[in-house]
Formats: sequence, structure tokens, C-alpha cells
Amino acid sequence: MTFATQALPSRSLHFNPRLKRNRTDKLFTSIAALFSLIAVMPLLLVLVYVLIQGGKLISVSLFTQLPPAPGLEGGGIANAIIGTFVVTLVASLIAIPVGVGGGIFLAEYSSSGWFAQFIRVGNDILAGVPSIICGVFVYSAIVATRLFFGQSYSAMAGGIALAILMLPTVIKTTDEALKLVPRELSWGAIGVGASKFVTITRITLPSAFTPIATGVVLAIARAAGETAPLIFTALFSPFWPEGLFNPIASMSVLIFNFAIMPYEAQNSLAWAASFVLVILILGANLLARWIRRFASS
Amino acid sequence: MVIRSESGQDQFTLRNRPRSERTIDIGFKLLTIVLASLVAVVLLCIFLTVFNGAQEAMASFGLSFLVTSGWDPVNSQYGAFTAIYGTLVSSLLALLIAVPISLGTAIFITENLIPRNLREVIGMMVELLAAIPSVVLGLWAIFVMEPLLRPFLQFLYQSLGWFPLFSSPPQGPGMAPAVLILVVMILPIMTAISRDALNQVPMELRQGAYGVGSTRWIAIFNVILPAAISSIIGGVMLALGRAMGETMAVTMIIGNSTNFSWSLLAPGNTISAMLANQFGEADGIQVSALLYAALILMVLTFAVNILAQWIVGKFSLKYN
Repeated sequence: MTFATQALPSRSLHFNPRLKRNRTDKLFTSIAALFSLIAVMPLLLVLVYVLIQGGKLISVSLFTQLPPAPGLEGGGIANAIIGTFVVTLVASLIAIPVGVGGGIFLAEYSSSGWFAQFIRVGNDILAGVPSIICGVFVYSAIVATRLFFGQSYSAMAGGIALAILMLPTVIKTTDEALKLVPRELSWGAIGVGASKFVTITRITLPSAFTPIATGVVLAIARAAGETAPLIFTALFSPFWPEGLFNPIASMSVLIFNFAIMPYEAQNSLAWAASFVLVILILGANLLARWIRRFASS
Repeated sequence: MVIRSESGQDQFTLRNRPRSERTIDIGFKLLTIVLASLVAVVLLCIFLTVFNGAQEAMASFGLSFLVTSGWDPVNSQYGAFTAIYGTLVSSLLALLIAVPISLGTAIFITENLIPRNLREVIGMMVELLAAIPSVVLGLWAIFVMEPLLRPFLQFLYQSLGWFPLFSSPPQGPGMAPAVLILVVMILPIMTAISRDALNQVPMELRQGAYGVGSTRWIAIFNVILPAAISSIIGGVMLALGRAMGETMAVTMIIGNSTNFSWSLLAPGNTISAMLANQFGEADGIQVSALLYAALILMVLTFAVNILAQWIVGKFSLKYN
């Protein structure tokens, strides 16, 4: 008597690459691989071009001279580099205290109250407001009304516009970072008699320093590259910065202005400014990653 | 109150909080409340400023502003249809291209198809793409992408020119390159959100699917993607909001034409590009018309963002 063991071939448990399902599987895997390649290509292409086109122009004069008048050769982007630092600094000085303070309220005082929820929703909406609208708002509220000493376009106005952009990120990272601090730490502090103020500033905030710092660095990096809020707030200036209440040059606006000019020298300065800007921003991003890794190890 | 031990020494003293300490505490709390309220104040101010400025144009053009396409500063006749059409078409087309690419990438770097190190490198590169300033992408689009793309667009025009979407010769800047640069700009956010969503799907679901004999992609299509779909759709909506508001790269490559054209190869316009180009030099009712357009853009992005948050909050499957 024979059993029909051969009807159930043991080979059915082996992987057969010629089966239709396995071939379909392979096809989809290749498609996903192709899509990943497409997703990675833009970064590589942009970086290669920025490094090649911009790297050609890296020289001492780039960092020490003013941009040339249209039609002339040479020159540098020194005023725009300073301007980017000034405007970003103004924005950080406004957005970091406000954002960290707001984040402390959300996480420490009223974590689930209606007001905190309202502020959180508002914060998410503010994060979604297009950056050009921030520019339009600051233009209407500050530049057109000549709010600061009768000055219209100013570095200050540009900094405020950037601060509005940074604010939601800073609040959100502070809120989330503080919530991750173990409650036992603040219970302990309050248990030994510390006031709420001392508990927050000496215990909770320092323990959440790393994630907050990471978020802040990323927010600053993003603000440094923003153009849309600056084109009609800080405007542009071909001269050296003249204080906070005058128009100021910045690298991002320089790239925008010089990219669409029909002059070779201006176009190449736009590439050089892109080079400096991209290096700074990628550097800040890598710094943020490093802070995160350094803290988690 | 003082508790004394048997030896008679003070062990624990309940002290009254000094007035200064209480003042600092209350003052600090008030300070944080004020700082937190600033968010709401700024948001309200933005809305009111734009709304107020738009009043004049709303009164004189009404709702026909939305559907007429003339933009004529000389005769003070304004209609934003070209820009609204450009905003919607460019962002929706960009989404159409970016969704499969970012979803494919997210699957590729979460589903254990390649070694972990490689996955992390790809993930990091996509994240770094998000850090490249939009104006640099615009510069790259003008000088590198558009010249590379032009022969292909020329081919599209010659072979499919009868089709309204390809009915004009490519002349440099236009809607098509703008769509492609938007794809580059929204890829990172969509990949990041899809990746997080896929990572949240519990391992047991995958194990179950493989256990009953499904292949990897059968599991992905029938088990893993359905489990993560709400967050992915939320991410798609967020990316849509981002794409509609994106300004610089689009302004630099879209051509900023106020003439309406169905063709994707012709220069077009978006609301944000129009604002970037004209707002600084506008005066009189043109400012008001621009603010009216800005208000439309704001309402569009508000709606999309709120819808996105609602979808994520409402439908996201809660694991663990």
C-alpha cells in the first residue's frame, strides 16, 4: 500500500523565485529601490552643483568685499553674510525666549487645560502659515506703518518676520521635551521644598536641554535659509549693514536677486552665496544630529 | 509646626513660603501665560491684517475675483483665477508625483529590505534634502534642471501638442519645472511622516501576515499600509499645505505670467509667487487685491492643515 506522499512535494516549502508571486514581489522591491534612488538624487545633484559652481569662487575677497555694481566683475558677499547672521540673531533672540516660555506654560502649568489645547492648535496653525504671508503681515504691520523710528524696511522687521516662522518649532520642541522629563524629578525637587519656579528653571528645564537645543538649532538653520519673509521686510542693500533699523542684505535674498539678473558675475555670486549658505545650514543640521547622538549615548 | 524627636532636636520644620518666593512663582507663571498667548495674538494679528487689507478689493471685485483671470494694474482690474489655478494645479500635480515616490522610499527604508546602515543613510539624505533652502533649489532649477528638462518638454509638445495641457512650446520657465521643484520640496516631509507611520505598525501584524504565507509585498499592501494609512494621508495633506504656500523656488521657475493658459509648458503663476513679485512695489487697490489673494491662500492652507490634523487625530490607529 502506498501513500500519496509525492502529491505533497517537499519542495513546496522551498523558495521558488519563478513563482508569479515571488516575481511580483521582486518587481515591487525594485520599484521601491528605484523610487528611493529618485528621492536621493535631488540632494546629490543640488549638492554637487552648489559645491562645484560655488566652490570655484571661494576666495578671500568673497568674504571681505561688497557685491559689484551690475555689469562689473569681482566683488564678494561679505555684507550678505553679516546680514544673514544679524537677521537670524534678531529672530533667535525673539523666538527662543518666547518659544521656550510658551512651551514651559504648555508642558508645566496647564498640560491638558482648554487654554493649553487652544494654544497648541493655534501653534500648529501658525506653523502651517505660508512664509510669504509672514512677510506680508510684517510688511503691513511694521514696514508700511513705519513703526520703528519712522524707518520702513529694516533688519529688525526681517528678524521679527523670521521669529514668527521659528516660534512654532521652538514652542513645539520645548513642550514635547519637557513632557519627556520624568515627573519624579520635579516631585523630588518640590518635595525638598523648592518652589515651582526653582523646580522648572533648575531641574526640569536643564534635564530637557538636549532636545530643546536640537530643535532650536534646526529652527535657526531653517530661518537662516528663508527668503520669502525677508524680500519686503529686510529688503536688500548693496552696502555694509547700517544698524538694525535700516535695510540689510542677506544671503538668501542675494541669491534670489542675483539669480534672475542677466549678468554672469551676479549669477556666479549667487552660486557662491548658495555654497556658503548650504554649508552653514547643513553644518547646523549635522550639529543638531550630533547633539542628539551625544546625549543619547 | 515643629516635629521634635526624642532627643529634643528639630528634625523637620514646616516653613512658611516667604512672600518674595510666592511673588516670583506667580510672576513666572503669568510670564509663561503671556508668552504662550503671543502665539494666538500673532495668529489673530496675521489674519486681521490680511483680512482688513483685503476689504477694499473684496468690496470692489467680490467673488468674481476668484473666477476671472485678468490682472491689469493699469486699469485696476484684478482677478486671481490664474494664480489660484496655478496654486492648485502645481501643488496637486506635485503631490501626484511625490506620493508614490515618497511612499516607495518610506517602505524601502522601513521594511527590512536592505541592511540597516544603508537604510539610515538613505533616511538621513532625504532629511537633509529638507534642510536645503528653497531659494537654493530655485537657483538650481533655473540653471541646471530647466535646461536639462527642456528637450523632454519639447518632445512632449511635439508629440502631444494637440492635448490642451501640452499645447504651447516650452520657453524656459513654466508650470512643469515648477511642479518638479515642488516635488523635490515636499518629498522629505512626506517620506518622514510615512516612515514614522510605518514604524508605528506593530511587528506582530507583520509576523502574522508572513505566518499565514503572504509574501513581503502582499503583507505591505494588505496589512501594513492599511494599518498606517491615516497618518500617511495626514502627511499627504500637510505636504499639500506646504506645497501651496511654497514661494521662492516656484517664483524663480514658474515664469510669473498673469495670462491664463491651460498648458503646463507655458509660464504660469501661483498666489505666493504673485505676492513675492508684486507686493513690494504695489500701491493703491493692487495692494488690496494682493491681500485678497493672500487671504485666499491662507484660507486654503488653513483648511488643508486643519483637515490633516483632524484626519490624523480621528483615524490614527492607536497601538500600544
